[in-house]
Amino acid sequence: MLRGNAQTLFDSIENFFDGYFGGADNPLRHLGALGLYFLWILVASGLYLYTVLDTSIDGVYSSIDYLSREQWYLGGILRSLHRYAADAFVLVMMLHLLREWAHGRYYGFRLYSWITGVPLIWFAYISGIGGYWIVWDRLAQFSAVATTELLDWLPIFSEPAARNFLAPDSINDRFFTVLVFIHIGVPLMLLLGLWAHVNRISRVDYLPSRRLMLATMISFLALALLKPALSDAPADLALVPNGLRLDWFLLFIHPLTDLSSPAAVWGLVFGATLLLFALPFLPHPAAAPVAVVDAANCNGCARCHADCPYEAVTMAIHPDKPGHKIAVVDADLCASCGICAGACPSSTPFRSQEKLVTGIDMPQQPVDALRRQLEARLASWGTPTPGQARLVVFGCDKGADVRGLDAADTAAISLLCTGMLPPSFVEYALRSGADGIVVTGCREGGCEFRLGMQWTRERLARSREPHLRGLVPLQRLQVVHASRGDGGLLAAAVAEFRNRLEMQWVQNTRPPPFSRRTR
Amino acid sequence: MAKPAAIAGQIVLYGAFAAFIGYFSTNPTYKQIPDDVALIKLSMSHLGGRDCRKRSAEELSKLPPNMRAPLDCPRGRSDIKLVLELDGKPMFETVMHPTGLSRDGVSTVYKRFEIKAGTYQLAVKMNDNLVNPGFNFTKEARVTLKPAQVLVVDFNPDKGGLFFQQSAANKL
Repeated sequence: MLRGNAQTLFDSIENFFDGYFGGADNPLRHLGALGLYFLWILVASGLYLYTVLDTSIDGVYSSIDYLSREQWYLGGILRSLHRYAADAFVLVMMLHLLREWAHGRYYGFRLYSWITGVPLIWFAYISGIGGYWIVWDRLAQFSAVATTELLDWLPIFSEPAARNFLAPDSINDRFFTVLVFIHIGVPLMLLLGLWAHVNRISRVDYLPSRRLMLATMISFLALALLKPALSDAPADLALVPNGLRLDWFLLFIHPLTDLSSPAAVWGLVFGATLLLFALPFLPHPAAAPVAVVDAANCNGCARCHADCPYEAVTMAIHPDKPGHKIAVVDADLCASCGICAGACPSSTPFRSQEKLVTGIDMPQQPVDALRRQLEARLASWGTPTPGQARLVVFGCDKGADVRGLDAADTAAISLLCTGMLPPSFVEYALRSGADGIVVTGCREGGCEFRLGMQWTRERLARSREPHLRGLVPLQRLQVVHASRGDGGLLAAAVAEFRNRLEMQWVQNTRPPPFSRRTR
Repeated sequence: MAKPAAIAGQIVLYGAFAAFIGYFSTNPTYKQIPDDVALIKLSMSHLGGRDCRKRSAEELSKLPPNMRAPLDCPRGRSDIKLVLELDGKPMFETVMHPTGLSRDGVSTVYKRFEIKAGTYQLAVKMNDNLVNPGFNFTKEARVTLKPAQVLVVDFNPDKGGLFFQQSAANKL
């Protein structure tokens, strides 16, 4: 219930953003890639800040303060970029977490990515909070004292760590050397964790689109110029810092501790971490059947291997065909999307066998059943009426529901993912009596299985194998991006396409008819 | 959506993103304590006492030459009793236990007390070996605390035992 509402909220905001950004540049559809981009900004700006940092107790404040005020045009801007990119990183990280949870992407084949993502939150906060200490201003003092007081609640130190910040003479130069070491070491662990986090998916979006990168960079630069990140007054352990300009993205935990108690905060932190780890193991709907390879029909072309968004298909030596390879499906990684079946050249409905057996197929919706469903609907149409277009709509179970479009003159077929549609089915439907084909799937950047709609577009545009053959007239094909809840948009697009076909009724653009031999 | 409208929308949305990041990176300001309040930090780390017995000459002669320590001490340490008083009234009282599985580590305490700025009679008493009655360390002084000022109550044998520290330039 809660998750469903959250998903609806995310969908609504993303669809609203699509109107302005388009799918490729919609920041909400690329939160992971944005986070990685912000991390690179942090690394690049941090390297410069490290080179000018004087880690002595007196120099640590003055070196950074000098940079911010005297060299504002370079060092100051880089410091601001470092600050704002860190805040934005935390923001997109938490949004990414919420979005994936809202879409139910945390169990089954996504378990590994989810579990490896949880420690990254800890690394991000340890890096961020520690980073604030390095400037050793009043805010740093506040955070250092508050953090050590919080840590002292745990039975990990024999002496209270907060004793290190009792009085001005309590700390020495080595403290900042250790701090810098931690502030570099933990982000390195974060990078290593990120590598593990994306390790089981193929074609990772390591960076968002250029427009998105440029626009967010301009936003940070504008902030750096209008509201540069500056140090507070130097730390003075003889006084309680007050009236602090707190970074609420990273340091909210300190006021939370003051408002509640260290026990409550640790309970919240450890409880949330345990919940995130436990979430995939709570009861969920049973996993769908995974892709199955038919050795006799697999020719080892590796298209399924190339197109699988989750690296679930690997190639091995074929047991029966010397010199050939065969696809092998890892059931733990398989998302049951069927994109592999759409990529298989053996999935063509033009084959004459009574039962269409392809190289790799989905047990819950085999390509043979798809052909039979299509043929049955086409046969039910009877004699065509000139000027009245009859359409086949191929849709996606995860996108806008196409079943409501099924009518006397419209055959609506919903697939596990639009990516499982072999392009030859478009040609087959047109040559078997359909006047036009609509292929619909999730909006750009919103595919439930990441690459389904992208591969479909490329296959239909003849830029990816298996591609749509040249004899298919593209004016009889309409691709519509419609996510869950976009039923109205899809219906309008189908009506407009039908109207266009009927207004420009030209028979000579129809490909030659085809009738499959069944005997 | 028409391109000019899309561009205008993007400018507004990126502006909102920047404003959101910019605002919450420093606002709202946070006050940990009220303006007229000072802080007393009571923090100590000290080894409790032990009841040692002096070895006789006969006992020492039976020991290998390199182990002839004149005192025979148990491994464990005593609890430490600590009392903090403000204007003659008890403010905090505790018994600190030694750390370690064998109770042979330091006994520690770290507490913060927020009090109104002003002048107070502050006293701290400590007994680091509870076999003996009373307090073997005491420190008492009249202290003036300004708003936001931190006064540290600590123990260091090299500084004469218990001591108060308000700032490097204003030691009591």
